[in-house]
This record gives sequence, structure tokens and C-alpha cells, in this order.
Amino acid sequence: MIGLHLYRKRHKPFELADINLRDATNRQLLQISNELGIGLNLVEMRSIQRYFSKQNRNPTDVELQTIGQTWSEHCFHKTFKGEIVSPDGKLIVAGMFQEYIAKATEELALPWCLSVFEDNAGIVDFEDGKAIAMKVETHNHPSAIEPFGGAATGTGGVIRDILGVWADPIACTDVLCFGPSDYDNDLPAGVKHPKYIFRGVVAGIGHYGNNMGIPTVNGAIYFDQSYTGNVVVYCGCLGILPMNEFVRNTQPGDIAILAGGRTGRDGIHGVTFASAELTKESEEVSRPAVQIANPIEEEKVKRAIIEVRRQQLGSAITDLGGGGLSCALGEMAHRSNCGIHVDLDNVPLKHVGVAPWEIHVSESQERMLLSVKEKDLQKALAIFKREDVEATPIGKFTPGHMLKVDYQGHLVALLDLDFLYTPPTTIREAVWKPPKRSEPTVTEPADLTQELLKLLSSPNIASREPIIRTYDHEVKGNTVLKPLQGKHGGPNDAAIIKPLPDSWRGVVISCGMNPNYGKIDPYWMAASAIDEAIRNNVSVGGGRIALLDNFTWGSPEKADRVGGLLRACKACYDFAKVYGTPFISGKDSLYNESPLGPVTPTLLITAVGVIKDIRRAVSMDVKEPGNLLYLAGRTYPELGGSEYYRLKGYVGKTVPKVRIEQAGALLKSMTEAISAGYVKACHDLSEGGLAVAAAEMALSGDLGIDLSLRSVLKSKSAERDDQILFSESNSRFLVEVEEKHKADFESVMERNLCTLIGRVEKDNSLAIHGLNGATIVEVSLVKLRKAWKNLWRKS
Amino acid sequence: MKRSEIRVCVLRVGGTNCDAETCRAFTDLGVKAETVHMNDMVESRNLPSYSALVVPGGFSYGDYVRAGAIWAKEISAKLGPELKEYAEGGKPILGICNGFQVLVEAGLLPGFTGISEQPESALGTNVPIGYYCGWVYVRHTSQGNCIFAKSIPMQKVLRMPVAHAEGRFMVTKENESSFLQVLHDNDQLVFRYCNEDGNPANGRHPASPNGAFHDIAGICNPAGNVLGLMPHPERAYYSWQLPDWTRLGNAMDYGDGRLLFESVVRHLKEKNGRL
Repeated sequence: MIGLHLYRKRHKPFELADINLRDATNRQLLQISNELGIGLNLVEMRSIQRYFSKQNRNPTDVELQTIGQTWSEHCFHKTFKGEIVSPDGKLIVAGMFQEYIAKATEELALPWCLSVFEDNAGIVDFEDGKAIAMKVETHNHPSAIEPFGGAATGTGGVIRDILGVWADPIACTDVLCFGPSDYDNDLPAGVKHPKYIFRGVVAGIGHYGNNMGIPTVNGAIYFDQSYTGNVVVYCGCLGILPMNEFVRNTQPGDIAILAGGRTGRDGIHGVTFASAELTKESEEVSRPAVQIANPIEEEKVKRAIIEVRRQQLGSAITDLGGGGLSCALGEMAHRSNCGIHVDLDNVPLKHVGVAPWEIHVSESQERMLLSVKEKDLQKALAIFKREDVEATPIGKFTPGHMLKVDYQGHLVALLDLDFLYTPPTTIREAVWKPPKRSEPTVTEPADLTQELLKLLSSPNIASREPIIRTYDHEVKGNTVLKPLQGKHGGPNDAAIIKPLPDSWRGVVISCGMNPNYGKIDPYWMAASAIDEAIRNNVSVGGGRIALLDNFTWGSPEKADRVGGLLRACKACYDFAKVYGTPFISGKDSLYNESPLGPVTPTLLITAVGVIKDIRRAVSMDVKEPGNLLYLAGRTYPELGGSEYYRLKGYVGKTVPKVRIEQAGALLKSMTEAISAGYVKACHDLSEGGLAVAAAEMALSGDLGIDLSLRSVLKSKSAERDDQILFSESNSRFLVEVEEKHKADFESVMERNLCTLIGRVEKDNSLAIHGLNGATIVEVSLVKLRKAWKNLWRKS
Repeated sequence: MKRSEIRVCVLRVGGTNCDAETCRAFTDLGVKAETVHMNDMVESRNLPSYSALVVPGGFSYGDYVRAGAIWAKEISAKLGPELKEYAEGGKPILGICNGFQVLVEAGLLPGFTGISEQPESALGTNVPIGYYCGWVYVRHTSQGNCIFAKSIPMQKVLRMPVAHAEGRFMVTKENESSFLQVLHDNDQLVFRYCNEDGNPANGRHPASPNGAFHDIAGICNPAGNVLGLMPHPERAYYSWQLPDWTRLGNAMDYGDGRLLFESVVRHLKEKNGRL
């Protein structure tokens, strides 16, 4: 790898090289970028060249690696921060993050948003000076190479993000997208079978959360052909912290402490790996990029950090994630207008023979960086020692803005942080051509009961119980609303955590994601995901909702992918704004492409709400025979991207839209009705529409349901029973109300689209009557349950 | 002894993770409970000052080797004599989940003839294999010997959650019947997995979450002061922790798990300061 002229090995007792950047041609610049595995483009390489020409010297490998990590898509999010232009070079938007995501939050200017987009996690107010922090991360590429380790370290990483804002992690979420389990085509070299990936990822998520004692309370599992070559693993974590103990104020003279696991060769170049497409070589080339998980280490680190916080011994904290020390040190110093002088000799290593650049960029797990005042150093170190955690002072923050790195008495890196944190603006080209989709002609099936049973046992709807049971979802004893509800493990819309022992206030966590809609239009996909996440939250009694966005997209170097991304971002602004739900944190994972093509554009929206009194929480299982069932929200013949069409082998065109003028008021009234105690059960309508929602409510409540489609509020164009049964129109709820609250409920819902469509019955069956009055669905709960719980028995 | 004089030690090491909710259960009953790190306990050597000891759930030291094995060896090595005196002096020791595994590995349970040098039973890998988190029913089968079950009516069916991968209580095949005989004779069989109606689970999943021998969910020592169980009573303390409380009405009530904590607190109270 070391060429004749480009690299000059220094005569040192360790590995160190100067890179002849100053004399390099453009071609050679790219060659260097490629050979060092830092994945920078020509504009970026030339900017580095200019910097070092001005310094009159060449960079060391440590320096170039540091820049490579900091400027990677994964660390710097340069597509979201960069300019988007049309193919003819016209500026479309000066920054998708600033102009769409952050803008919604800024314009909403809500006082309860305490820290957004600034730290490792978004922070919102909770109660009495206590705040909640939430973060969701992706760990796709590592999970494609090594499913167990990739998913486990994904969870470990996001938990550290929460520790990175001094918060105590109290709940985890996981949203996973896989290729079909029964995939039986040939797989390209390097692509592992979806079933293998599935098992590894699920085990990895459980391993980390269970071992650390953090309940995994909410999530989703989604199957689509497009994830076969590129699995999607979203890991989320929620934490709680007293805001008066939050500190981010590193001063020159403060000491940098590295705490936790030792540093080794695992996790080298994780971020550059994440900022490129997966290829058949990924397995071999990028295996070292996958880190090794040790949740017990992190459990101990957590205890120590919470104690350091409690005693107010730290001045700042951040986790070591992508880019390792090279990113964490620079970031902490730069954020506080300091420089940093670090000695890599002090970094405890797993094994000998690690080169300084490797120490600097290694992403070995379970490590945190703290800055502490010199006077507090010994006290802080003693706390770590008490927990059997290794913690080592590795450097000192300095006046000025230089990153200075020593190793064995030699200066191995000297970089201006101002330069390091102002990479050249990335320019991405965007084109949006709506995909050619058409509405299929589906003849109405004669037996709609069979259609419902097929839907219930389909991969995206069937019960997730066997998976959920492998996650500890109630450790800490605060999970008020668990992922499985009712008598038979019904699929809950959102989880509720009661974080404070002396308060009835709860945190509500839900998510929304509709990748199939993205095949038609990423704008409506994003709108639907936002609507779904919010209505899931509202269903259980959540309000005052904050959102997190997590994009998983194809390569930003391809204009059509960026075109779709732009549309999704636009929807994020539009709907966050009108719903009054600010974005508080987010993350994008681009380059999700494999030899099998890109993933279908996937936006996960996580919603974090608050319920004032958890005793008012509502679960989705029906409670009592005789109770009334209302359908709130209007039904349109929107089957584009629906599970019903998927069953028939189509995608279609009529993607569900969000009609904001109706949806906003409806959500508000639902929240009011629930907090007034009028609602016995509530379930959001999503995949599989009304029929599936009714079936789920009945089978988990172990009570019958009798509905009539005649009373359903619908658009004129919805003329067929199957459309009304399976349409996935947004902003709809199926609600159980006691007879005695009929008038109260109706008066709260008065101005909204809400009609009485049926009742809860004593008999054990689901009966649905069609538009012409005939019984179109009639099936026993036993049969429904059998279909719904069937999926995993086969695999 | 007044409730406020009762002090409960909830011990922990790296990987312990159910200490806070265990403390909370005791605190709710008006007694003092605190989490103490093993390192602090070894240094201060003040185990005797506590009225009761709890080894809570978690994955102590990652549960490498066998679940609970490493911590058990550490306890025996570093706190052996104090613990022996503590246990033999009749002070309450409770092991929940990982704590049960620790007490078995440390030879405190079943402890037929005092603390044994080698484990006399094991908590093996679940059948069906794998981690399982879910609610189970257990029947209270002790006859009054166990101080953690004195407030629980005989034969009462309790509902509590389990969350473990290694909870299958077992003894060597050839010893099964004699083992069971001694358990019965000593009134050491405290909780057995059962169906909602109280009928034995007979090892069938999910009524038995792990395929334990004789549906054993929890046993005590012959003196009745040391109890180990796989289910988590601290997660079934308040009724809002129940999986279906939204169907039951009052979220301010308590769950069955509280009965265990109440039993031992009452026992300590009635001992009238003789500890």
C-alpha cells in the first residue's frame, strides 16, 4: 500500500508516515484518499492540500486520518449540510438540514425544547427540572457484515449518546428492516441471507439491552425486498437527567479523561465504511470496522458517569463513536473554543503494536470522554475506580484552537480545529422524476375474511411476540405500557415509561415508518411516517410531542436519490410545522446500496410525548362487551403502497396523503378525549387498515367486535368494501367508548370526522358488514389469533 | 424493630441491574434500603449492620462461565465468613433471578446441610432455549417455613414476570427423587410454576418459562431465611406494572410481588430488635 513517492515512512520506533500531499496530482490525491481508506473527494483533498501547503509541510497519516474521519458523511453529514443543486447547477436549497429540519423547530420555538441538534441527543423538559433526552442511530453497514456485533454495538452506541448528555438511559427502541426471510434467489457475493441477518440482529439488540438492564420497549420490524443487500438497524435510547446537573463548559486547563473499554484495532474506519456503498469486498475489507460489544463494561461506565454528574465533577462529556478519539477530542475542544493537547501514550490499549493513527481513529466500544477541572480529577478517577472502570487522563485542553497529538515523545499531529471543522461545502445534485406507477386493477375478492387472515399472517403485520419476548422490556420496573397488551399480546401503539418514583407523569415513545410509500413518493412517505408516529403516541394518551428523524437512503452521489431525499425533507418541514411537533434530534445514513441496488428510501420518525398521568393511559385491546366503537378520521381509497396491494403483488399509485386541516384538529380532540378518561381502548389504523386494526383489538382483548362499513366516513370515491377495509389512509383511529361516555366523547369529537361504526361483543368473533349490509367478514378470534401468530412458526 | 430501623442491603457488582427497583419496593414499605457496591462492602465489612441482604437481578460480570458463577465465587472468597455467620444467624437473604443463580452457585441454596462447598443444584439453560421475558403464574407451596412467604396465603397463585435465559432449576437425574423428598421434608419448596388456575405447569412452555425440574421457581434453605427465585417480585410490586392493568381498573393498587417484601419486613418487625 505504501507507494514510492506518496508516502514516506518516518524512522520512528512506531508506525508513522508523512504523506506527500503537496506534490500530489489530482489523480494521486484521489489515490491517497482511496489507499488510506478515508473516502474523501477531490475538492476535499485539494482543500487539505492547500492547508498543508500553507503550513509548508506534508501531513502525517495521523493528521490525514483525523481529517478523513471528521469530514466523513457519517460524522459531518455533509449532504444534509451541503448545497443541493439542479443538474444545470442552479441552487435548490442551501442546506436541507437547516432549511427543512432545523427550520421547523426554530419557527415553532417551543420553550420546552431545551437542547436540540446540539448535543449527542435532543433534550426536552419533563417535570420539575428533570429533562428527557432521546437519540436514534443507525448501524446498517456493520450489521450487514456481522449482524450480531453490528446490532449490539448499535445499541451500545446510542446508549452512549444518552450518557453523552449526562442522562441516565432508561429505555431502548429498535426498528429493523430486513429482506424477506424466505428469500430464495441467488445472493451476490458478500450478501448474507436475510434470515441469518435477522437472527443475528435480533440477538444482538437483545444482548446489549438485556445485559445493561435497559428495557427495549418500542420498535418495529419491516420486511422488504430492497433490504436484502443492506439491512437497516435503527437503535434508539431515551434517558432522563436533572437539567441543573447538565454541564458543557470545557475550559483551557481542564483535563481530558478517557474512560471505559480499552482501545484496539476493532472499529477502524467505521465511519468511512458507513459512508460508502457495500460491495462484495466489504466483508473482507471492512470486517475490522465492526466493533466488539461488551455491555457489562458500559453498565459500569454508566454508573460511574451518573455519579460524576451527581457530584458535579465534570465540565463536559461526549461519547466515542464514529471516528473515535479523533472526532471526540476535536469536537469537545472546538465546541468550547479550546485547543487540546493529547498524549496517545496514555490511551490504554487492548494489545501492543497499534499505530498512533489507529489509536486515534479506533472505534473500540464502551468508551467515553470527559473533561474535568484539574482540582476534581482525583475525585472523578476514584469514582471510576470504584466501579472497576479504567479511566485515564490522556490530555489537557489548551487556550487557542490547535489539536496537538503526541506519541512516544514525538509530535504526530498538529491541526487547526477551525480548519478541521470547516470542510469545503459539499454540493449534491438532485433530480426528482416521479416513478412510473399505475393503479392496478384488482377485482374485489369474494371472500374478504380470507384476505384479512392472509394479511394478519403477512410478514409486516403478524405478531412480533416471539421477538419481543427475547428483549427484557420491563427491567427497571417502570414500563407502564408494554409492547404487548391485553390477554394475548396485542401490538401496542406506543410504550409508556414512568421514570420518576414520586410522579405519575410518563414518557410516551412511538414510531412511524412507511418505506413502501417511498416507492411512490418520498414526500407522502415522510408525511405518513410523521402522522403515524404522532397518532401512535396520541393513541395511548401522549401529548406535547417531539420528533426524531432518521433517514436511511441510497448514495447521495446519485441525483435521483437526492431528489427523493429533498422531497422527504420538505415534508418533514411541512408537517412538523403544522402539527407543532418539533424535531429535536436526528441522523442520516446514506450510501445504503449494495450489489442488489439501493434500499427503498426509508424515514423512521420517532415520537417522544408526555402523558400527565399514566393512570389515564389507554391500551389497544378492547375491554368490555357492549362498549361502542368509533372510527375517527376519513377513509379514502388509498391503497398505493399498502400491505393489501403487496399481498396481490402490486405497489400501486394512490399513496396515502395527510390532510392536515382535518388531521390536526382530530389529533387534538383525541388527546382531549383520552385525558378526560372517555376512551377505554384506542388503536391507530396503519398497515392493513381498518380490518387489521379491528382484528388486533378483538384478538388481544379476547372479545368479539361487530362493525358496519356503512357508517364509516369515507370519500365518495371509496366505493368498495375491500377499499374501506384495507385502505391505509392516515390520521385514523378505532376507539372504544363506554355507553355512559357516549355524549361526552361525541361532544369532544364534535367538530371532527368521527362516527359510531360498531360495538364490542360478548361472542368470540369478528363480524364486519359491508356497504350493502351483507356480512363480508365473519371469523372466530381463535382463527384470527392463529393467523396472526403463525408467521414465526414457519421459520 | 420499627420499620424505619430496618436496613436492607441490596448488593451489586458490574452487570447488576435490578437494584434500584428492588430498593424502591422496600422503601415503599417504609424501611431503609440501599444499593451497596461489592467493593464498598468488602472494604467496610459492615454486612452485619444490615437487617436483610438482597442479591438482585442482572448479569453479574456478564454471566460468563455460568450465570452468577463469578459473583458467587467472589462473594465466597471475599465475604465468606461474614456471609456464613449472617445466613446461619437466621438473617434474611433474598436472591432474585441472577441473585438466585448466585445463591445456588455459592452453595447457600438449597443448603441442605449448611452452606455447601460445591453447588448442589443448577439453573441451567432454558428449555426452550433462549432469553424469555414474560409474565408467569407461580403457586405458593411452602408451609410456613420461609420468612419471605409468611404473609402469602398457602397455595395462593401469584403473578410475576420472569426475564432470563438460564432459569431451569435442575439437579442430577439420579438425585431428583431424593432431592425432592428432602425439599418437601424441610419445607423448602416455596414457588412452583403453574397455570392461571393453579394447576402445575408440568414443564410446559410458556406456563413454565424454562422447563425447570418439578416446576421449581423458588426454594429456600432449610431454616427458611434464605430464598432464591427466578421471577421478579419487584417488577410486580405496583399494579401499574402488571401487563394488563389497563383492563383491571385501579392503577394505584399493588401487584402480587409486594407480598414477598411485606412478608420479610413483617418478619423483621416482629423480631422486635433482636437482630
